[in-house]
Amino acid sequence: MLEAQNLACVRGGRNVFAGIDFSLAAGDVLSLHGPNGSGKSTLLRLLAAFLTPALGTISWAGVDIRSNLAEHRARLHYVGHADGIKALLSVKENLAFTCALNGAGNGALDRALKTFDLENLVDTPGRFLSSGQRRRLSLARLVAGDRRFWLLDEPGVGLDADSRKRLENAVDGHRAKGGITVLATHGDVQISDTRVLELVT
Amino acid sequence: MKAFIAILRRDIKLSLRSGMDSAQPLIFFVVALTLFPLGVGPSPETLERIGVGVIWVLALLAVMLSLDRLFQADAEDGTLEQLALADLPLELTVLAKCLAHWLMSGLVLVIASPLLALLLHQSPETSSVLALALLLGTPVLTLIGSIGAALLIGARRGGVLIALLVLPLYIPILIFGVNAVEAEVMGLGGSAQLLILGAILLAALALTPFAAAAALRLSME
Repeated sequence: MLEAQNLACVRGGRNVFAGIDFSLAAGDVLSLHGPNGSGKSTLLRLLAAFLTPALGTISWAGVDIRSNLAEHRARLHYVGHADGIKALLSVKENLAFTCALNGAGNGALDRALKTFDLENLVDTPGRFLSSGQRRRLSLARLVAGDRRFWLLDEPGVGLDADSRKRLENAVDGHRAKGGITVLATHGDVQISDTRVLELVT
Repeated sequence: MKAFIAILRRDIKLSLRSGMDSAQPLIFFVVALTLFPLGVGPSPETLERIGVGVIWVLALLAVMLSLDRLFQADAEDGTLEQLALADLPLELTVLAKCLAHWLMSGLVLVIASPLLALLLHQSPETSSVLALALLLGTPVLTLIGSIGAALLIGARRGGVLIALLVLPLYIPILIFGVNAVEAEVMGLGGSAQLLILGAILLAALALTPFAAAAALRLSME
């Protein structure tokens, strides 16, 4: 369903990676491994169409994503290092904003709060959240709005064991519904039966 | 549409909760304006002659000074990426953010302007035309400024650059804005100038969101 062919990326005059090929079917999870600076985040941003590859194509169901970027963006969730949490808005307001952006129906907000155990924090303003709680809130966005394609940049950072389990369950639930997940990780998130792509510097 | 309203409401909410930050354009406008009678002397003739021009120039500067908040915060904390992935074209997102920005800056200045015109010895007729001209002109200031704000995301010392980038483009608004009021006061009728301001507003509404959205996409590269 998602295919990358001969991807290469140049950032700041430096070759980050070249010749990346993979193909993912519905329900696949691709785990990106590699040392710092090997281009895991860059590859995720390429797949989210924030960046343009120097070479190669990314296609979804056989169609180059460049031919309809708006459609591609509307099918993916991206959780990066910057969590986009507004300090002045409460957890619920932050999440309700995401729901509205994603055109999520009623119930998505409560489901998202429940999935990442944020129900006790609904009225807490963003500025009082701990880093693990912030992480959970940004991950809760995945559930706020149904999208086929998840891009997670080191989603396990700062999470305790229980929250990590919740994340793994969320990814498992996503793949059971036929969704595709690509995540960069240093091995802290354990998801069974994943494909692995090793990036080297 | 739901997303458009959500962005508008969120920006207004953030602006209101940030307290002094949101009052900054108005405070600058009022404080700078009260300096003029002290600087040029309190003689009514002088103030009457320069009043309209002073109010317009200060409105330009007040809006410009508040522009750096338009996209910078969203770009820094990663919200911009979510906005780019939303069910709403980025052009409309820009428009929603501009509308929120104008409501919290330009519109406040329009409402305050009759009071400040009084301070500069302007007649009631002058201040009513002035308010109308500001109502048509200030949204354009925000819209044009959005291009500069989007281009300068991540630039350090963006404040100086934005003045260089945006102020030259504000000049037509200043000229027609001041001219509309003067023509009206001299009995020539300022409707032609007001119509031109309206036309500029419509053109800016149609064109600037595309430029600003393109600049925002570039900033995410």
